[in-house]
Amino acid sequence: GHPEIFPLVFTTKTQEIFNCRVDEDVTEENCFKLIKKEDIIQDLKTRATISDFHPVKKVVLEYPGEELLVVFDAKFQYGQNFYFVASEEAKENLLKPPETAEEKEEEEEEEEEENGEETLEVHPYKPPVHKPWISLGSEKEVEEESVKDTVTKIKYMISRVRRKFGAPITFADKNASNVKDSYVECTSYQDKTFSIKMLEKDVGIQMVPKVREASTQTKWAYPKNAATQYFPRQLSNEEKEESQSSEKLKEFLTSVHLRMEIALQQNEIMNAFFDDWKALAEDESSSGGKPDVYLKAYQSFTDLHHLRDRTISCVCWHPTIYGIIAASARKRLSYEEQVNLCDKSLLHQSVILFWSFFDPIHPQLILECPEDIYCFQFSPSDPNIIAGGCINGQVVLWDISQHEEKLQNAKTVADGVKETAVNMVNASVLNILQYIYPSLTQVQQSSTEPPLVRYYAVSSIEYSHKKPVTDIHWLPDYFEDDRVGATSENRAEICVQLVTCSPDSSVLFWDIPATKLPEQPSSEKVKEKKVFYMPPDVPDTFKHLDLCWKPLTKINLCESDTNREYSPIRISLRELHYHYKTSEKVQSVNTLEVPAKESPYREMSTPSSKNLKGLENISTDFSVGTEVSENNRLLMKMLIQDIQKTEQLNNRKHTQKYAIHTETINTLQRSPFFKDIILSIGGRNFAIWKEGVTNGPILQSSCSAGRYTAGQWSLTRPGVFFIGRDDGNIDIWDLLKKTHEISHFQNISESMITFISPWIASAKQHFLAVSDDLGVLHVLEICQTLSDPSRNEHANVLDYFEREVKYLKYCEQEFQEHQEFQ
Amino acid sequence: AEVEETLKRIQAHKGVIATIVINAEGIPIRTTLDNSTTVQYAGLLHQLTMKARSTVRDIDPQNDLTFLRIRSKKHEIMVAPDKEYLLIVIQNPCE
Repeated sequence: GHPEIFPLVFTTKTQEIFNCRVDEDVTEENCFKLIKKEDIIQDLKTRATISDFHPVKKVVLEYPGEELLVVFDAKFQYGQNFYFVASEEAKENLLKPPETAEEKEEEEEEEEEENGEETLEVHPYKPPVHKPWISLGSEKEVEEESVKDTVTKIKYMISRVRRKFGAPITFADKNASNVKDSYVECTSYQDKTFSIKMLEKDVGIQMVPKVREASTQTKWAYPKNAATQYFPRQLSNEEKEESQSSEKLKEFLTSVHLRMEIALQQNEIMNAFFDDWKALAEDESSSGGKPDVYLKAYQSFTDLHHLRDRTISCVCWHPTIYGIIAASARKRLSYEEQVNLCDKSLLHQSVILFWSFFDPIHPQLILECPEDIYCFQFSPSDPNIIAGGCINGQVVLWDISQHEEKLQNAKTVADGVKETAVNMVNASVLNILQYIYPSLTQVQQSSTEPPLVRYYAVSSIEYSHKKPVTDIHWLPDYFEDDRVGATSENRAEICVQLVTCSPDSSVLFWDIPATKLPEQPSSEKVKEKKVFYMPPDVPDTFKHLDLCWKPLTKINLCESDTNREYSPIRISLRELHYHYKTSEKVQSVNTLEVPAKESPYREMSTPSSKNLKGLENISTDFSVGTEVSENNRLLMKMLIQDIQKTEQLNNRKHTQKYAIHTETINTLQRSPFFKDIILSIGGRNFAIWKEGVTNGPILQSSCSAGRYTAGQWSLTRPGVFFIGRDDGNIDIWDLLKKTHEISHFQNISESMITFISPWIASAKQHFLAVSDDLGVLHVLEICQTLSDPSRNEHANVLDYFEREVKYLKYCEQEFQEHQEFQ
Repeated sequence: AEVEETLKRIQAHKGVIATIVINAEGIPIRTTLDNSTTVQYAGLLHQLTMKARSTVRDIDPQNDLTFLRIRSKKHEIMVAPDKEYLLIVIQNPCE
């Protein structure tokens, strides 16, 4: 710095005193002002501490010169607006250099304002002053970083005698074998003096888990079959009683029954899962365009050998085996002969033929009959027992259990695969031969020949009917009918009773003693109260019955008052719960409805049962359709009391008789869906009856062109039934479509239809067996529209019947009123 | 008693096929069906109700099963559970 420079602040007063007012006396250019020392001292004395020179008072007093220089510091170079130069030398320097430019103008030391001629104030050039270097410690660093030789360098000087340079070379030979391995070399070796010992090494380490192999051996347990048997826990009766009366149960029921009732009511009100879409489709199909209704011809069976000049009188499907159908043949008689049937001894062999779907040419089985069979039935409990009614009034029994297997394997027979290996070769040969040499078949005992089964039992002639047995039925097996399904049977599930009727105005009840029932003791017979003597003890076959078989009961259909005899043609039983032997629970199947006569309703307990439980809840009414000998065909109902009270046997109430049909009733059948609806067909018209409605039939058809000869309800649709005519047509009636005429008809054959039998073989296959007068058995497949019921068909048909009943009542009322009026 | 009355009332509803009351262990106390069917229904429905109840409670422990309805092609099975007993009603819905 400049130690002789003292910055000062000059107040305005001071500036006035010393005439160095800013911008007036002193300007930036003329910034020097010389002030006399005495003036300053005086000022100091007068103003003492407030004088501006006070801080520099000492300097002023010691100032050697007379005049002091004050410089106006416009740029505040030294911090104040003025500065005071304290030494003469500095003053001179300051004044002179600026004055050197103005030397010519000012050389005086007078207080003169400097001219502004010199615009620039240039600092005088000072050559750099050599100052001693102050070390700040950097030489140490330099020293550290510099490389110095720690060791003195070794110097080597190698010399060689000069004369050796360029001297000639002499080579010498050495034998290679002298040297080991014939190889000379100068091997390198490791000189330890030159190796560097490594004192420090970087090594990486990794941790790995220890791996160890180990093994174990387990015990092998071999599989063993184990079984557990359990039965459900049940409370004893006391416990049940106790818990039933407990308070907790009451509380529980009170709290729960409300929920339950709500849910039940919900279900009653509407069906939440009703599929409208589906229902729409079904309605459309039934109401919309004409659906395709047809009976597709499936197969037809005929046998020239056995059925020449014969007609089929009755057709029955085998209840359990699929595709087996049996047909009974009898001699074709003219109408007159038919009416005046008497026992004719026929030379030709009467047979029942068994056909299988899989073999349309050969009958599977032939049942030999003593006489022509008018009607026959499979036993519902054991399809191997067949009962038939002959044209001479006898009842015949067959047992085909030996051939059951053959029938079941009918398919394999048709394919040519024989059961016995012996006949393996002969089989196909025989098939061919059978046609070439018909006589061969009678001689050969091969399996192609349908086996001839002889009847096992024939009833005694004197106790049978006097006229042909026109209808035969197995009586159903009685049981306690629960809502869910019968589980408590009171006896062995065997149908052992038959009922037959014949135009000799009698209805006979037959009892078949159990042949295969091991548990049925003969003591049961004692309980039976019969009018006639019962067949003897339990045998092994029916053979003992042969010609000794007598009926259980006989009912004479005579009107006691008018002494008129009625000739029953058909019987229709009310309760027809047949159980075909199946492994699962017993199912009720409707019987194959052979037109039957209506017999009175009665309660019956089958005597052959083990426990004679009271069966009051089951009614065994049956209706009888008759042909009265005096050309009055009537329909009759009778009421018969409990058969056990035989004294009341003749106490019958005749309820109603109706004369509707012009000719013999050939069909009397209950609807499979409605227990109290009966279809009767005879002559040229048919009628539908409802039990309990005594005014007349609820539906009666008009006279048709042809005679109705056969008829059956459809098994699947409640409002459909089939009628066969004498011109070979099948008429299909659909009560929901039209009730005044047929909905569809189809021609099956040229001759008269003698029998119709529908059958459900499987869910998709519904068959209709139609037999005609020529001895041909046609099997037709019922199309879907005819076999699948529409949604509410049952309800609709029921509705229809009720409407008709109401209408009848109404008519009756009207009639009565009219009568009264008159 | 009241028990009889209530059960009869439920039984009298349209379409009801059967009514079964079983206790907490699944042993039938009161039934209108035959024994073997009852036992079968009791065992199966008891297990199903337990399972259904545990399902409901697993999802929300505050919740509990009040009613169980199983609708099948042929009929509807309704189960009303309680702490100690189970009421089962089989109904054939109207159609």
